[in-house]
Amino acid sequence: MTALNHTDNQPLIELQGVTKVYGTGQAAMHALRGIDLRIDEGEFVAVMGPSGSGKSTCMNILGCLDTPTAGVYKFKDIEVGKLTRDQRTRLRRFYLGFVFQGYNLLSRTSALENVELPLIYRRVPAGVRRARALETLETVGLKGWESHTPGELSGGQQQRVAIARAIVTDPAVLFADEPTGNLDTARSREIMDLVTGLNRNQGITIVMVTHERDMAAYAKRTVRFLDGLVESDEQNGRAT
Amino acid sequence: MLWNTILLALREIKRNVMRSVLTILGIVIGVGAVITMVTIGGGATAQVKEQIASMGSNLLMVTPGKRLGPGQSSNTVLFKASDGEAILRDVNSIAAVAPVSSRSIQAVFGNQNWSTQVTGSDNQYFRVTNRSIRLGRQFSDSELRSGAAVCIVGETVRKKLFGGQESLGGNIRLEKLSCQVIGILEAKGQNTMGMDQDDIVVIPLRTYQRRISGNQDVAMFQVSVQQGASTDKAQQDIRLLIRERRHLSPSDDDNFNVMDMKEIANMLTGTTQLLTALLSAVAAVSLLVGGIGIMNIMLVSVTERTREIGIRLAIGAFEREVLMQFLVEAVVLSSFGGLIGIVLALTASVWLAGMLRVPFVFNAGIVVIAFLFSAAVGVIFGYFPALKAARLDPIEALRYE
Repeated sequence: MTALNHTDNQPLIELQGVTKVYGTGQAAMHALRGIDLRIDEGEFVAVMGPSGSGKSTCMNILGCLDTPTAGVYKFKDIEVGKLTRDQRTRLRRFYLGFVFQGYNLLSRTSALENVELPLIYRRVPAGVRRARALETLETVGLKGWESHTPGELSGGQQQRVAIARAIVTDPAVLFADEPTGNLDTARSREIMDLVTGLNRNQGITIVMVTHERDMAAYAKRTVRFLDGLVESDEQNGRAT
Repeated sequence: MLWNTILLALREIKRNVMRSVLTILGIVIGVGAVITMVTIGGGATAQVKEQIASMGSNLLMVTPGKRLGPGQSSNTVLFKASDGEAILRDVNSIAAVAPVSSRSIQAVFGNQNWSTQVTGSDNQYFRVTNRSIRLGRQFSDSELRSGAAVCIVGETVRKKLFGGQESLGGNIRLEKLSCQVIGILEAKGQNTMGMDQDDIVVIPLRTYQRRISGNQDVAMFQVSVQQGASTDKAQQDIRLLIRERRHLSPSDDDNFNVMDMKEIANMLTGTTQLLTALLSAVAAVSLLVGGIGIMNIMLVSVTERTREIGIRLAIGAFEREVLMQFLVEAVVLSSFGGLIGIVLALTASVWLAGMLRVPFVFNAGIVVIAFLFSAAVGVIFGYFPALKAARLDPIEALRYE
């Protein structure tokens, strides 16, 4: 894994002509038609665009949850497409955190156990695991809710558990796919404050898909997608 | 790694109590049914063998007609008492010959009545059937010769007719015959076919012929061969003797049958084995149904499990870790269910064996087979859907509906 060592002028993430096609022949659906994108360490990028513009697909490819049809995805200068399935899993395990719109927590499992899960796969000893999970839950403001299962938590709380699960491993990048999609404005702001804090205080690179302008405003940079292509890419505050 | 996986699997089992319980239940029922049925069947077979052994292998039965049972032809030539005397006199190594004629008759004493088997024979009957007289005495020679109205009754008849009253010396009525009880037989219990051997009244053959059947015929002879002598030889000698007495020409088939107890034993053992096979088939069906139950539970939960696998893959689990977890889960559930099934089945078998008065015979083979089958079912249906899911890209597993 020495090749993953970071040098300053290297982009953390680089996409070159990435395409994704679902189905074949006449039924083929081109979700991505050739994306070029570069994200540096420490950035907070909002990815915007209408439904079907390919932003979620791009996100899943970035998070190594999906594989591109063509094109090159480099993570820390490693070509992800050339990695084996296990190596990509290792990438997810040690470098990436993912927050889904639909939370995707294990049902009937306590918040604490959900947050501990990625640490179990990292072979973190039980004692340390527990301490770190508790600490992270506290960071996301869920102290006292550790033993509650997703069914007993509100949408905002579930999303916090999901965020805690994503960041408990200290990932290099946090991918968030519409993290506030199911939440009301007040809860959304709380989540965004939390995410912004992670970027600012812990230096975690954040890539967030959203279709709400308000939420995108928290980010330092906004990338707009349209019909499977990058339509615009601008630093917030500087442009407009 | 392994401990981690086991931990995850156990957590998963605890988390899905309902699913786990139903899976275990399916296996318990399947395994339990098979083991119980086969064990009881085995016990019954063992009992039959044991009873046949206790009857003695030196017993021959001489019956009229070509074969025993409903195949008898109408022109059967029946035996006379003199045939029995000839067997005892002319065949070597015969210990005893008892003529046996019997019929079901309503026995009456006072206001009690009881339908029982009335057998006409002589004192050799007790010797051949290996029975002793508990109370009273055997028939005297003069009683046998004159056809006296006396009888020796079995324990069941005594209980039904006399209850707590003194039975010896009492007079019971068998149709038009009124006879005095001179002896009570030692209780013997049920025979191989489940018939009560104590439900019997024995009267002198001559009395039976004169007062019950009204003819001179003898239905059959029971012959006991001397200890150490060959039953095959005796069987052959009896056959030749009767053929000669009946003046059968060499081309004629036998119009009687000399049966060895071994043949009867084989027949009975064959029947119980058939029964065991039948019970096992029924049990195998329940094992199959249990298996289908498990399959349903596993398939119904496949959506949830596929999503769960997606989550685990997304947060950095290796495909093999997820699979190992599901495998361990399936193995733990199946073996747990199997063990409960075995324990329940053995408990039920011991209890049933007691109820049915058959010996409890532990059959290790069927325990192993039933356990392995249930484990295989659990593992196949628990593991293979997971295998399919774990090979997907995480996002596909997460989207699975």
